[in-house]
Amino acid sequence: MNATVYAVRLGVSRGLREFRQSLASADQFFNLFTSVGFLAVLWFQRDTTVEGTSLSLAALTLPGMLGMSVAFAGLVGPAGALAMNREDGTLLRAKAVPNGMTGYLVGRVTQTSLDTFFGLLLVFLPGALLVGGLAGVGVGGLLYAVPVLAVGMLATLPWGAVVGSLAKSPQGAMGYTMLPMMPIIAISGIFYPISAMPGWAQVVAQVFPVYWLGLGTRSALLPESAAAAEIGGSWRVLEMFGVLGVWAVVGFLLAPTILRRMARRESGAEMEQRRQAALQRGVG
Amino acid sequence: MVIEVRDLRMRYGTADVLHGVDFAARRGEVVALLGPNGAGKTTTIEILEGFRLPSAGHVRVLGVDPARGDEAWRAKLGVVLQSWRDHARWKVRDLLDHLGRYYVPYRTPDRDRPFDTDELIRTVGLEDHATKKVSKLSGGQRRRLDVAIGIVGKPELLFLDEPTAGFDPHARREFHDLVHRLSDLEGMTILLTTHDLAEAEKLADRILVLAGGRIIADGSPDQLSRQVAGQTEVRWTWDGRRHVHATEDATAFVRELFGQHRTGISDLEVRRSTLEDTYLTLVQRYESGMAAMSGNEEVVAL
Repeated sequence: MNATVYAVRLGVSRGLREFRQSLASADQFFNLFTSVGFLAVLWFQRDTTVEGTSLSLAALTLPGMLGMSVAFAGLVGPAGALAMNREDGTLLRAKAVPNGMTGYLVGRVTQTSLDTFFGLLLVFLPGALLVGGLAGVGVGGLLYAVPVLAVGMLATLPWGAVVGSLAKSPQGAMGYTMLPMMPIIAISGIFYPISAMPGWAQVVAQVFPVYWLGLGTRSALLPESAAAAEIGGSWRVLEMFGVLGVWAVVGFLLAPTILRRMARRESGAEMEQRRQAALQRGVG
Repeated sequence: MVIEVRDLRMRYGTADVLHGVDFAARRGEVVALLGPNGAGKTTTIEILEGFRLPSAGHVRVLGVDPARGDEAWRAKLGVVLQSWRDHARWKVRDLLDHLGRYYVPYRTPDRDRPFDTDELIRTVGLEDHATKKVSKLSGGQRRRLDVAIGIVGKPELLFLDEPTAGFDPHARREFHDLVHRLSDLEGMTILLTTHDLAEAEKLADRILVLAGGRIIADGSPDQLSRQVAGQTEVRWTWDGRRHVHATEDATAFVRELFGQHRTGISDLEVRRSTLEDTYLTLVQRYESGMAAMSGNEEVVAL
């Protein structure tokens, strides 16, 4: 059998195993914590009606939350994991094994996708019970959400890999992804309709994938009439896939080169230096 | 030749770490690369592993330039680095099994890759810990797991970078037995770095001493101790006074000594220089020589 195809299959089984390990670990406290936080937001928004629609603010927020979660998981998750795996030697191990890098990357993507999907379920299932306005979501809406979320994943994942390759430490990788994510989420119309934001904030928000992912998931899970609360009163499907597509294409053009350069530089001496640095920071 | 290195040079910025290293290793040999800290041992081994590009020189590992080694070449190597903390959440057996599978496409009629997982776990003595999480292993157990992963693909050449650093004496003894078993196994060639002389003497067929970025000695432990010629020390007491004399031919010297003094000699000791003496003399001689002649290197030819 072709060794690369074989390594891809090993990568998938690797990702599945690491996902199972994550389910049984303290990672789930983070999932639980965010899920409870999101549900609390929905609880407080349940009685506020959005102007121009018959929907509660919570009904608008829940789909946006799903979109935002994908962007968050696609960027922050891989960045942190990659930086961590450079420090602990997982990457060097992958380099020492034939086709190990292929297996590692496929495993990482598999695990990130499963993690993200599981995180979405944790928010969506209780959220949908809490928010009555989603009762009308049909199979069609749910099916439409799949490509939206998939494109959103593709638009953010390579960027997470880029940050994880460039950061000097796992803490750095978390910082470089979390810190910009917070203000971008704040202006992206996830927790409040973007049409109520100042004009400059609307312009900035439309550059980044978070807004478009939120718009995409709202268009999938909300009735047609809810488009009235959006910019231009439309779901802007083409623009949504267009902007996310550009982020994905540029990301996938850039990421392999940067990943390869990082992997080539990876050596025992480099790892040892990072280990010493981690010890000085008091972790590791 | 499994390893062939000629005039290997490495420069970081303006600092030269390797100034023209030459050596070779034959199939089935256990070679120890010995040297003080900062001598360039790890740099050398990382160049051979293909993890680092040399500044200049001719390097062939299993007939291939490591900078151009493909995955099939990679499959013939085993690598054990100094510190590894990866895959902490995996269980010992699962991890070995998973990493072993990458070698399946590189099976050949004469080499049935990878190792059987359970057999390998027994070989490194981890059978009581096979279902433990990697993070729960002790330092010595973790190191044995690293070695197991290094050899899971039945490599033709195994690199061990300071394999016993941080071991207690018991773990060290067990590890030495393991290396002996490995070198008997399917003609595996082993290149290990260490700064423990006793370890090099015990494990290696041949010792290379690396100092100041050059190989300053190359030979079997025995050849090496004899190399620093005349370093046998004779001590004796005569007429209540203690005497010490360093000589090349201790037998002739002692015969002459008894010729001069028929009686009255006591506390006679003849002490062959140990490998440690040899090593320290070599490194010291090299370093003072460098200061004096700066650049005119003298490689001990054996």
